[in-house]
Amino acid sequence: MIAANGVVVSRSGRRALDGVSLAFEMGRLTALAGPNGAGKSTLLSVLAGLLAPDAGSVTLDGQPLHAMAPAARARRIAWLEQGARASWGMTVREIAALGRLPHGDSGAEAVEEALAACGLAAMAERRVDALSGGEARRAMLARVLATRAEVLLLDEPAADLDPAQCFALMRLLRAEAAEGRAVIVVLHDLALASRFADRIVLLAEGRVAADGTPEAVMTEEEAGRVFGVRIGTDALPRVLP
Amino acid sequence: MTRALAALAGALALLSLLVGRAGFGVVDTAILWELRAPRTVLALAVGAGLGLSGAVLQGLLRNRLADPGLLGVTGGASLGAVLVYYYGLAATLPVTLPLGGLAGAGLAAAAILALASRTGTGAALLLAGLAVASLTGAAVAVALSFAPNPFALAEITVWLLGSLEDRGWREVLLALPAVLAGAALLLGLGRRLDALSLGEAGAASLGVDVPGTVRRAALGAALAVGATAAVAGGVGFVGLIAPNLVRGPVGERPGALLLPAMFAGAAIVAAADIAVRLVPLQQEMRLGVVTALIGAPLLLRLVVTRSERP
Repeated sequence: MIAANGVVVSRSGRRALDGVSLAFEMGRLTALAGPNGAGKSTLLSVLAGLLAPDAGSVTLDGQPLHAMAPAARARRIAWLEQGARASWGMTVREIAALGRLPHGDSGAEAVEEALAACGLAAMAERRVDALSGGEARRAMLARVLATRAEVLLLDEPAADLDPAQCFALMRLLRAEAAEGRAVIVVLHDLALASRFADRIVLLAEGRVAADGTPEAVMTEEEAGRVFGVRIGTDALPRVLP
Repeated sequence: MTRALAALAGALALLSLLVGRAGFGVVDTAILWELRAPRTVLALAVGAGLGLSGAVLQGLLRNRLADPGLLGVTGGASLGAVLVYYYGLAATLPVTLPLGGLAGAGLAAAAILALASRTGTGAALLLAGLAVASLTGAAVAVALSFAPNPFALAEITVWLLGSLEDRGWREVLLALPAVLAGAALLLGLGRRLDALSLGEAGAASLGVDVPGTVRRAALGAALAVGATAAVAGGVGFVGLIAPNLVRGPVGERPGALLLPAMFAGAAIVAAADIAVRLVPLQQEMRLGVVTALIGAPLLLRLVVTRSERP
């Protein structure tokens, strides 16, 4: 279990996270949602050990994250940055193989599995800068999967993906959760979150505004209050997986 | 590819031993051992240091236009050597020239490391390097403006253009250990540079110590480039062009470029140093001029081929 305990992060005098306490169990897919600037990406960075909180702590199976060696932490927690892209025209396979860096091995089997899972086996030798936005995003996801970490933290992985690819991505993440991983994913598509997540956490102004099953959270009262718009829960997507 | 480039550098080194004013071939063992051999070793060391440093800095800064000259250590070495000329020490005690260059490079490197270590990012290293390069460039210009006599001015100007003429084993002993130490630091950075292709946060998420990588790259490049600049003067374009030349056949993974760029740099400088001896002029052409003459068209060709690629 990965847990944030009373996490506070301040930026430019503003509290990006204000006493967030959340525990994420293995084997579950959690969607993080909320308005822009709610603190979703900051929370993922803190959970990944990339950003030290000003107060509070993050623990992985009871062990404080800051006490873990960086490589040991990276073997157990994989993080996909929002809008992640590679600076060089590396091949898809080379990108996926970066996921093995914390292990210090080539992990050929894990890399091939990740490529296949992301539908990239046929384009493994192509340069990422020659791919479409959605294909390049899947290459970055393959890198995260190749690590075979226990915790997957994904910041808006569905951006740039068409509906069919979104569904394929969410099915893949569900399968990863079914294998015992804690999958925590930032999503702006509330319909996608409702359909696939076991749990939805709504953040607003750095605080947990709602937390529970999609049925409990995605109500007109809860979600409407957080986003400041009317949420029509009877009009979830017409596109079916 | 790495083997082919190593073989090319080796073949050019062999040719370099056979070329000179005294004629082609082994005309005199003293000329071979005292003049051509140290000059050849220095050409290989200078080129290898610049090529490798260029590849590391381009990977670190995620920019194919990064050049070791941006670090400011070349400027530091130039300033050190120029001050030796300025105070007339070079004529009375020649060893002070490379020592002055080494001292200048060392001070510049220390300043850059101190400035860049505060934040530990590639951008900080670049800014610190640019600041030091600008400062040393301005100081060199001041020294030129107030040169004590026209001879000193001419000597300084010629030195700044870079050359391996009349360099001996003394210069090899001064430069080679620093180049080897720098290369040892830089060659171990391959996987970290691969990770940095995802950005500094992406690399950190893979367990990479980003500030430590920036410090090690800066120190390694400062050792390799500072030592070469101290004995050879300003040899431009090699650190910029060598990684870009091998990127086509080797691929763009930064870690895969290190050895090929190192050998390509060695081959370029060895070839340029052969060329300066073959051109029939009263005085040898300057090495830095020839590397620029070779490098600039190659860079233009890369720009054209890159813009043509879809």
